[in-house]
Amino acid sequence: MHLSILLPAVVNGVLTGALYALIALGLTLVYGVLHIINFAHGTLLTAALFAAFFMQKSLGVDPYLAVFVLTPAFFTFGYGLQRFVIGPASHGNDGNILLVTLGLAVIIENALLFAFRGDTRTIDVAYGFAVIPVAGMFLSVPRLVGFAGAVVVALLLWLLLTLTDTGKAIRAVAREKLGAQLCGVDVPHIYAVTFGLGTACVAIAACLLIPTYYVNPGVGNAFVLIAFTTVVLGGMGSVPGAVLGGLFVGVVESLCGLYLGESLGQIGIFLMFILVLLFRPSGLLGERA
Amino acid sequence: MNLRAFLPIVAVVAALACIPLVIDSNVVLNFLVTALLLTLAGQGWNVLGGYGGQYSFGHAAFFGTGAYATAILQMRYGLNAWAAFAAGIAAGAGVGAAIGALTFRSGLRGSYFALVTLAFAEVLRIIASVAPVTGAGVGILIKLDVGARALQFSSRAAFYWLILALVAIALVVTRLVEQSRFGAWLVAVRENEDAARALGVDATRVKLGAITISAAMAAAAGCFYAQYFLFVDAPIAYGPWISVEALLAPIIGGVGTVFGPLLGALLIKTLGEAAKLVTGDAPGLDLVVYGIVLIVVIAFAPRGVAGVVARCHARLLPPRKASAGVNAA
Repeated sequence: MHLSILLPAVVNGVLTGALYALIALGLTLVYGVLHIINFAHGTLLTAALFAAFFMQKSLGVDPYLAVFVLTPAFFTFGYGLQRFVIGPASHGNDGNILLVTLGLAVIIENALLFAFRGDTRTIDVAYGFAVIPVAGMFLSVPRLVGFAGAVVVALLLWLLLTLTDTGKAIRAVAREKLGAQLCGVDVPHIYAVTFGLGTACVAIAACLLIPTYYVNPGVGNAFVLIAFTTVVLGGMGSVPGAVLGGLFVGVVESLCGLYLGESLGQIGIFLMFILVLLFRPSGLLGERA
Repeated sequence: MNLRAFLPIVAVVAALACIPLVIDSNVVLNFLVTALLLTLAGQGWNVLGGYGGQYSFGHAAFFGTGAYATAILQMRYGLNAWAAFAAGIAAGAGVGAAIGALTFRSGLRGSYFALVTLAFAEVLRIIASVAPVTGAGVGILIKLDVGARALQFSSRAAFYWLILALVAIALVVTRLVEQSRFGAWLVAVRENEDAARALGVDATRVKLGAITISAAMAAAAGCFYAQYFLFVDAPIAYGPWISVEALLAPIIGGVGTVFGPLLGALLIKTLGEAAKLVTGDAPGLDLVVYGIVLIVVIAFAPRGVAGVVARCHARLLPPRKASAGVNAA
């Protein structure tokens, strides 16, 4: 196929992939520390998309400004969920944590369905369809902003994990929970902080997505399986893995869409996901389980 | 074999079988049919998740395969309904064995197993919503042809007895598993897979057996669904609703117990109907209630309703000897 079609497809894949990476970062962070897959991740994204939607529609707050309100709000929400619901309800049993996050996913998705019905909504912003020409391609401005935002967040998260005391505590709990506890780390607090950070990632991703995307109560499900794929591909719990995995999945999806069409392109992602899970469950960058 | 262990099953099934003789309200029978349908799918989940400790989030893969196989074999290939029903169960069991062979052989456990089962169900849903043989987005209608030969009945009671018979078989199979050496291996794998392996249990084979039985039960529920509603499409057959409800029933009723799924299914269907009465036809609220009940049960009654009953029973009647079995219900 001609390069003039292939190159924009790859670039668009990278731009989308950055947002996948951002969503996957939240998931991988929670997995790395709690060693559990947060099945509510996708519905938290849906909730954040609804929040960003109503901030714009009802209050007239631009999504790029709303991010500064929604990020702390969702951090607090995530913190509370882990501290007061998931933690106490699951009695520290892994299987129970899985089921509780699944229960939360069912509650959030259907509460949104109950409140807003199944309608698909979009917002109108002046820059929604703006494009700038780069090297003979026309790139969508909101998607470029999304890419930049995802890169900034990944960097900030990396700085937080490597430089701050909280970051060190998070890494310590991820590595050796009991040891960290013996050194005076408040493990339930760190669990909740991690869950809060994961939820905050989703809120940022929602604000960056909403100018070019739509929202309905089921929208998170489309992203969550992509995020699972990304995380599994990059290695569960690996932050660089999530970033690379996200970009890779974005490009693969874009190319599959180009060659196979929209609905079969989706299957490409699932098949990749199942193949990686079966043959290299520790992912490309993860440690052997 | 301890035949007395089967007496409670005979008693419960006999009592349930009498209901249509007393009540002939279609609303009540319809409610019971859907609850028993869920019992069957939930019993399937229970064999693998409850006794084996392998939490599947994708039992829709088996349910949907049963439903589609029943419908497709009848409508596209003109197979007799009874044969199609049996073939549907076999197809579901085959899909279960295939998924089990792939996942258990690569050593996927816990979160990974939950994820991969979910992904398989989603892949099947996407394929079913585009493939011509499944009727793609339109779905498949089974031709109305009332008569025992076509496995379609004009009376609700007949359908009710059919699903009750299937549930009875599932209860007996579960009790057989519970009492067999295979069941003991399965529980050992649930409690500590590495220790079980060290004692010489072939964990992979045991789990493979469990997922096959489990999938056959879920597929039987799917076959019945197709015969009862005479319609199958991708969101019904492979949608996440059945994966969620199939795990809710045993967990709420009492995970790893013979009667847990039955108790749980009756309870959540009652709650679902109550939620619908309160809010009218608004979608979503019944599932919100299910989600809340799931979390509350995990938080406060990890052994489900059966566990609560057992605890009250033990408090009222102090046992003469120490109760040995966890699965006393």
